[in-house]
Amino acid sequence: MGEPVIRVAGLGKSYATAAGLFPALRGVDLTIQAGEYIAIMGPSGSGKSTFMNLLGCLDTPTMGDYFLTGENVAHMQTDALAKLRNRTLGFVFQGFNLLPRMSLQDNVALPLVYAGVGKEQRRLAAREQLDKVGLGKYAESLPSRISGGQQQRVAIARALVNKPQLILADEPTGNLDSQTSEEIMRLFGELNAEGITIVLVTHEPDIAAHAKRQVRFLDGKLVSDHLTEPSAC
Amino acid sequence: MLKAMLGEAWLAMGANRLRTALTMLGMVIGVGAVVIMMAIGQGAQYAVQQTISTMGSNLYIVLSGSFTAGGVRSGSAGAPSLNVADAEAMSELDGVSNVAPTHQGTRQLVYGSQNWSTQVVGTTPAYLEARAWSIVNGAAFGDSDVRSSTRVALIGKTVAENLFADDDPVGKTMRIQQNPFTVIGVLGSKGQNLDGRDQDDTVIIPLSTAQRKVFGTPFLGSVRMIMVQAESSEAMPKVEEGIKSLLRQRHRLREGMPDDFFMRNLSAAAESEAETTRTMSILLGAIASISLLVGGIGIMNIMLVSVTERTREIGIRMAIGARQKDILTQFLLEAVMISFAGCLLGLLLGLGVALGINAFTGMVVVISGSAALVSFAVAATVGIFFGWYPARKAAQLDPIEALRYQ
Repeated sequence: MGEPVIRVAGLGKSYATAAGLFPALRGVDLTIQAGEYIAIMGPSGSGKSTFMNLLGCLDTPTMGDYFLTGENVAHMQTDALAKLRNRTLGFVFQGFNLLPRMSLQDNVALPLVYAGVGKEQRRLAAREQLDKVGLGKYAESLPSRISGGQQQRVAIARALVNKPQLILADEPTGNLDSQTSEEIMRLFGELNAEGITIVLVTHEPDIAAHAKRQVRFLDGKLVSDHLTEPSAC
Repeated sequence: MLKAMLGEAWLAMGANRLRTALTMLGMVIGVGAVVIMMAIGQGAQYAVQQTISTMGSNLYIVLSGSFTAGGVRSGSAGAPSLNVADAEAMSELDGVSNVAPTHQGTRQLVYGSQNWSTQVVGTTPAYLEARAWSIVNGAAFGDSDVRSSTRVALIGKTVAENLFADDDPVGKTMRIQQNPFTVIGVLGSKGQNLDGRDQDDTVIIPLSTAQRKVFGTPFLGSVRMIMVQAESSEAMPKVEEGIKSLLRQRHRLREGMPDDFFMRNLSAAAESEAETTRTMSILLGAIASISLLVGGIGIMNIMLVSVTERTREIGIRMAIGARQKDILTQFLLEAVMISFAGCLLGLLLGLGVALGINAFTGMVVVISGSAALVSFAVAATVGIFFGWYPARKAAQLDPIEALRYQ
């Protein structure tokens, strides 16, 4: 295998609180290779959200190193982090997070706006991703006109539009019913089969079971790391 | 990218139309007020300047003093203390460009079956130069006419209309005090002076002719009034000093004796009038600018509300790769667009109202391109200035906090 997509060494994050410095994450080591499909699990307060924010370059660690596609991002400035979020990462959120005033196509194309891609290219790329998630015919609709499951598909299309190395999905099925959740997880499975690396944060074991590898956080530490048993699938 | 952002700003403005319109209204009123006030202020300045320019600039008049006979005091210019030689001596002084001894009074003019009472001014050609008075028809008299006391006259527009009606006055002979005078020119129109007196209701004839044939003088060569023009407004104090000491010396006045002449600065009154209108127009502009400022604060207020409302949107944009600069540009663009649109409408409103004022009240308004340009620039600056803080606030949001915002 070549360069791992993610290599985290001794990663820690502390927050200043009224009661003093609170360590949300205390020295995590983890390596994720290209093409992996990994679920991050743990109860609330275990540090998995903090870890996710660090992986997503939304936050910077207070200790340790984080190599994203070989580059240490632990001490990067905000603009460099923004560029990484734009080019290297794709986000899928629990609450879909589409912009309500824009058509689905414009929503999907938005990362390309910040990447400085021209209008016609943006339209084509957005259309391609929308077709891929099966919503090409709603390209001109507003997000409010489609269902939650469909909105999450649009969000996935948006995450994919910049051809990222890595998709970060934070509780992507948290707002969906079980049948729609299954559909979304199937889509993730298909994307992974195409070779896209996926990091999934969830607290539901049956959702995590879709991933090929599961890691578990507790009290700011990584406590288990194992491959998913085939029977669970 | 800028084009995409302009589109987004447009969308954001359209998302809450009433709010955008009300925010814009502040700008519309502000810019409108500035345009109207500037138009009125500059109009007033223009009107005063017009009047001043007809009077002639940097002028002094020197009047002979009063005299007392048996307890009865004459007014100024009653005593025959000034003469033509004084005037000639004055013209030698530094900083003096024109000196015109004059003698004036009201006389009845007769032409054919018409007659008209008007002010008759006996003077030298320098008078026309000092007052920057042009001849529209015919020609002026020269120094030789003054020397040989020819009976020629220049008439003002009002005199021409009343005495000659539709005839061409040039070459016609009219009578002043039984003496025939040939009209050799018609003066250009100057309109009213600052007192409201019609400056065109006058006849100008050579000084010597006036003294001998029209007014008669107690001593030959004495004049009641000498008009002096300084080369520039800076030279005026020096000229005033020079004339005073020259006249005291020529009239052999010892120290402690009062002047036997009066000296008045004609331009001072005009200057103070101009100063008043200038102050007024600055004041009007300042008051109007306050409404522009209030409009700007309105923009800031709405942008702050907008940033708070769209915190989550900002978080999403940051998560998918918007840099701080992008967020800043987006919100700044929105503020500037509102302010520009408001400014444009304000300009139209201001122009409309200013023209309306002109049409209905006849007040002079001056609409200058520079005033419009200035208010446009100010509005843009106001938009950027008051848009900056909210935009910066948006750009500096923590993406994690912003994403969590409900």
